[in-house]
Amino acid sequence: MAGATTAGRAHAPSASSRHFLKLSATPGQVALALGIAVFLVLFLVIPVGTVIYVAFTEKGTGEFTLVNFLDFARTDLFIRSFWNSVYVSAMSVVLASVFALPLAYITTRFEFRGAMLIQTLGFLPLIMPPFVGAVAMLLLFGRNGTVNLLLDEWFGIKIPFMEGLNGVIFVQAVHYFPFILINLSAALRNIDRAMEEAAQNLGSSGFRLFRRIVFPLAMPGYIAGASLVFVKVFDDLATPLLLNVKDMLAPQAYLRVTSIGIADPMGYVISVVLICMSILAMWISARAMRGKDYATVQRGGGGLAKRRMRPWESVLAYATVLLILLLVLAPHIGLLLLSFATIWSFSPLPDAYTLAHYGRVFGESFVYVKNTLVYASIAGLIDVVLGTAIAYLVLRTKLIGREWLDWAATAALAIPGVVLGIGYLRTFYGVQLPDGTPLAALWIMIVLALAIRRLPYALRACYAALQQISVSLEEAAENLGATKVRTVRRVVLPLMAGGILAGFVTSFATAAVELSATLMLVQSNADAPLAYGLYVFMQSPAGRGPGAALGVIAVLLVALCTFASHLIIEKSQKAKAAGH
Amino acid sequence: MNQPLSIPDLGANAVDVDIRNVDLSYGANHVLKGINLHIRPGEFFAFLGPSGCGKTTLLRLIAGFNQADGGEVLVGGRDVSQLPPWKRDVGMVFQSYALWPHMTVKRNVAFGLEERKVPRAEIDRRVAAALELVGLAHLADRRPSQLSGGQQQRVAVARTIAIEPKVLLLDEPLSNLDAKMRVQVRRELRDLQQRLGLTTIFVTHDQEEANTICDRIAVMNDGIVQQVGTPMELYEKPANLFVANFLGTANILPGRVVREGGERFFDIDGGVRLPIPANVVVPEGAKLVFRPQHASLGRDGAGDVLLPGTVVHSEFLGSTLRYGVRIGAAEVSIDTPFHSGESLRQPGSPVEIGLSLRSALWLAA
Repeated sequence: MAGATTAGRAHAPSASSRHFLKLSATPGQVALALGIAVFLVLFLVIPVGTVIYVAFTEKGTGEFTLVNFLDFARTDLFIRSFWNSVYVSAMSVVLASVFALPLAYITTRFEFRGAMLIQTLGFLPLIMPPFVGAVAMLLLFGRNGTVNLLLDEWFGIKIPFMEGLNGVIFVQAVHYFPFILINLSAALRNIDRAMEEAAQNLGSSGFRLFRRIVFPLAMPGYIAGASLVFVKVFDDLATPLLLNVKDMLAPQAYLRVTSIGIADPMGYVISVVLICMSILAMWISARAMRGKDYATVQRGGGGLAKRRMRPWESVLAYATVLLILLLVLAPHIGLLLLSFATIWSFSPLPDAYTLAHYGRVFGESFVYVKNTLVYASIAGLIDVVLGTAIAYLVLRTKLIGREWLDWAATAALAIPGVVLGIGYLRTFYGVQLPDGTPLAALWIMIVLALAIRRLPYALRACYAALQQISVSLEEAAENLGATKVRTVRRVVLPLMAGGILAGFVTSFATAAVELSATLMLVQSNADAPLAYGLYVFMQSPAGRGPGAALGVIAVLLVALCTFASHLIIEKSQKAKAAGH
Repeated sequence: MNQPLSIPDLGANAVDVDIRNVDLSYGANHVLKGINLHIRPGEFFAFLGPSGCGKTTLLRLIAGFNQADGGEVLVGGRDVSQLPPWKRDVGMVFQSYALWPHMTVKRNVAFGLEERKVPRAEIDRRVAAALELVGLAHLADRRPSQLSGGQQQRVAVARTIAIEPKVLLLDEPLSNLDAKMRVQVRRELRDLQQRLGLTTIFVTHDQEEANTICDRIAVMNDGIVQQVGTPMELYEKPANLFVANFLGTANILPGRVVREGGERFFDIDGGVRLPIPANVVVPEGAKLVFRPQHASLGRDGAGDVLLPGTVVHSEFLGSTLRYGVRIGAAEVSIDTPFHSGESLRQPGSPVEIGLSLRSALWLAA
């Protein structure tokens, strides 16, 4: 997210304060680095390497070949899937921009009541898996959904919001637009007010001012958000599957592996294509950002001047914001209705309301909730431990090759969940426990996959937290007799607590609703997490009620955890500020 | 490019700036309280004062970035109070320079002309002339981030004068430069302003900057113009304690006026009594003010009065010796020239301060 782009600017510890350190590290640090390296190799490098290896080798003989890629290029279905994926991702970016631009602009540029509320509500879509919203969107915007029924009744028309690829685009845009909103808002806020005033002073105003000054300065932030949306949409497999769109790339990878088997090379070829597209999008984003560190706020700056709106502007702005918010919150509203609905079909609103779905979910499906809490907590824990350790090794030691840990952990960003899932299956299915169970069938594999997927975000949070701590604070502790280990425990970790917690919550919240890797790895319902249960429920019309109830529980769960951690972080920051 | 580069002759059309009864509040915070100022055509004028005095607010008000609650601003006789910033034709150089990082130097300078729909050929000519004027023609294709602080500052100036504004506003233009650059750039600014003859307003909190480059200064404090005058007038004849204190070092002795037998005396708190010369006007609640160099250790001139005191500390500053001397309840600074072989008087030693009452002032707050 935004942190990933800015944290790269490392404050190298000043040479004068570090030069007396030995070049080699302590045995403890070496052991720590090796441990992390082994973990990353086992659960990231080898599985992904296996996927790439299989894609490039002949089935059976193991010889190098490009035949698999030729097969891919010769198969109409795959080529169509590829272009469909590109089209859907690109259009999702466009539509998400349509949602995000006005919200970002209005809340950062004008004195707008409820700006905070909008920025908070803007996050809401992120805490619900997009495929969950997809069902609610079908009921609201589908051919016989609320909106079209009303349109048909009033005007005699129907709009194909949810037909085929349209549906995927609509659902994905609604779900992922916060990435653009967050990055763009941050970029807009970081523009020095004087930048705009200088243009006004020289005779520029209105839309020309926006086009020539404000927009170019906010562009890097926009690109960062847009490329993230592109990658996320390209890699998502559950949403298309749930909307019954099969000719897209990520669903194809899943379908090949699950229907034809893990020996079939096409799943692996598609995986390699997915990885390449991820890397391409990130490269474009990095290129757009390079040399354009436009964070120009200087002392006395403080972002663009906020203007009071004229009455007609206010009306227009509130109408726009309300419409967009209604749209992006539609999945939540629909889900809530659905979870209380007896029957909801061919009618604008449910026929009657009931609590039965919740009863059923709490009765028989509570195992999903329990599993999710366990998995997401362990994954989050692994992430912050690894993240803190890597951040410490990179920023505070001279260990040779320490950057490799950072790069390897961050590389997970480019690995789509479905690819990691396939890699785990292929790598760990052959490895068996003494009783004969394949390693890949253990629930801990799901946890590890989640941890690897979320590690880059947690790492950036920990990295940023450690960067903000002056080295002299640690040197003071060492000067007063504390060993390295005790310094870390008594000075570094307490000061990093806020950042570590933020990292944990990001990992936890996103792992709790993650499906793409999990979908491959879940072997039995008893081991399944919430997202999987939701997916199973949502596939049958009869399961939609309980599925929606489960979805509401998931949203509340994640929202609650996020809110609680937000409070804790704010409190600790206040305490720190008071201490200064 | 072959035709000679012309420096825009702005001096001939220099305009005055008239600020009348300007009032501005942010909520309960009264930032500007009835400001009246007249800045003459072609003048280099400074708003000088501590941070929070309202000087930058007043400058931004002239540029149109702040809206006054009352009063008006006239530029060349025309009321601009109701005009938006982009219609005012007052060029402003920002404290942070505000160069747009996504444009080259040339594009930055051309911006204002493009907004005015000036023909391309003339834009090129005027951009070249403006960059030539600040000596940066060779850096036209660089990005702002590739320039030093001093160069950025000159680009900011070129960008502003390229539109040939009626008035040039400078918001602490030297504050982001290091000490050495500051001296050089302020001379360049003065030189440029003299050549252009452009009415210029300069905001600073540094009295040395204001003194060295400005024709006249308005000293501001607490949203009020305390005094307007040339640098020398302000130094020699400060209107009140604030101005005396803000411009240079001032010794301030509190006390009260007493009358005895038709004569006036000033009783310094702590017991020393001075006669007040007959022609001096002493305002209500005034304090005795004098500069460190207007007093001496021992009697220096025939008209001096003598004040007994005790040395508190002493410093050798090279050409001068600076003593801190306790007189009554107050402490004053005395500068005396250093004579070869002389030794410092030690703290605790009693001294007599010779003070010329002709150069001393009685000022109220």
